[in-house]
Amino acid sequence: MTDIASPPSAPLARTPLHALHLTLGGKMVPFAGHDMPVHYSPGVLAEHLHTRSEAGLFDVSHMGQAFLIGPSHEATARALECLCPADILDLAPGRQRYTQFTTADGGIIDDLMVTRSADPAEDGVLMLIVNAARKEVDFAHLEAALAPNIRLARAPHRALLALQGPKAAEVLARHSDPSAALGFMAAASMKVAGLDCHVSRSGYTGEDGFEISIRADRVERLARTLLAEPEVWPIGLGARDSLRLEAGLCLYGHDIDETTSPVEAGLVWSMGKRRRTEGGFPGATRIQRELAEGPARKRVGLLPEGRAPAREGTEITDGEGRKIGVVTSGGFGPTLNGPLAMGYVDPAHAAVGVSVMLVVRGKPLPATVAPMPFVPHRYRR
Amino acid sequence: MSNTYYTRDHEYIRVDGDTGVVGVTDHAQHALGDIVYVELPEVGASFKRGDQVAVVESVKAASEVFAPVTGEVVAINGALEKEPGAVNEAPLDKGWFYKVRVADRAELDGLMDEAAYAAFLKTLA
Repeated sequence: MTDIASPPSAPLARTPLHALHLTLGGKMVPFAGHDMPVHYSPGVLAEHLHTRSEAGLFDVSHMGQAFLIGPSHEATARALECLCPADILDLAPGRQRYTQFTTADGGIIDDLMVTRSADPAEDGVLMLIVNAARKEVDFAHLEAALAPNIRLARAPHRALLALQGPKAAEVLARHSDPSAALGFMAAASMKVAGLDCHVSRSGYTGEDGFEISIRADRVERLARTLLAEPEVWPIGLGARDSLRLEAGLCLYGHDIDETTSPVEAGLVWSMGKRRRTEGGFPGATRIQRELAEGPARKRVGLLPEGRAPAREGTEITDGEGRKIGVVTSGGFGPTLNGPLAMGYVDPAHAAVGVSVMLVVRGKPLPATVAPMPFVPHRYRR
Repeated sequence: MSNTYYTRDHEYIRVDGDTGVVGVTDHAQHALGDIVYVELPEVGASFKRGDQVAVVESVKAASEVFAPVTGEVVAINGALEKEPGAVNEAPLDKGWFYKVRVADRAELDGLMDEAAYAAFLKTLA
């Protein structure tokens, strides 16, 4: 058999919860330069299903956190709007928004979450959360572009936990009264189990849940407190990937990268209406043209008819065997109890219900273009 | 003497007369994690020792399974189509992959017995 030996060891960074992962029996693998748990003893399947039925705790401290600090919200928001197509100006205090840093060619440097501080005393502060593998690129890109009155303050002293699942709100409310009042994509500073945290109601699983930013030297206390709740299991990166795939969410470096535009990726919803018209972000020429004329390819969901998963890189063909696209993420959905994939196809084959072929190990297997998410989102509305 | 032989790639073959039952070892199923799909060869197909003969997929990845000996496939475990998790539960029993008519028993001499495989696993730790 192939591919079951341990990968060669390279110097890897560790999150502040590394020792706890080992104590919990995490199977550690290299991910984005960090030694991270891919699963714990229950395994990916059980951890995935537990997150959808109860609650899962994810260590996402490897992600990049930073503050963008300027003299006023307007100044900081305008500075960030020069780099991304979202409406940041319009972002209300205590609200969070998803966006992308775009290249001059309209590709995607990274996708990120932007939060405006809820505290009026922090007017002009935006919090950014970026992908682990892209944080150096992102921060260098920001620093090169920012006007002198806007400062980027990286926050490597902060850890990040995600508590996700239908029981997440009930669990967190036991340790933090104010968490119950947060709506989807809202954020606020609050005590959790007596510890100063910044909590947002968001995540990467399609479930209700929270992301909790806390100082690195206190995160283990918080993690242990939450893991002591009967509903909460620690969940590894394997289930994080299968959960986000079922939720139809993009993974940077796979479903989006510097060649894919936000229009091709189906992320137009994350662009501000004003920004679509006005432009003023890198790559606006391509992106506005694609908005007007349609993109050259589109990201779609794919449901194989059989049981064989189609992995990243699988060629997508039409009924005549002509190549029409490629799978960018694919695997097995534990909640769906079957294979699922997403990928890019030419627009003529992008409509839901279109029959396509996925060429798995040389054999064309029938599949259908499917709506995403594959498993309905259950965010708090 | 045991009639089960092992490869360095973590396949096993349990020989009975001129046929053998092939599957992956307990070590392999542990390393793979939750198995969600097994692609089996067709009955009647012939493979040389070392040929890719099957594919086993976990939630995260696909791995190739290689033929431990040369021979013709005389039966496959069709139950794995509906219940691939049987490979996790009982890899040496109901999680078997296929039965092969062993073409050349001398090839078995090149495989490990149980004690040698156990010693080999220790070198991987």
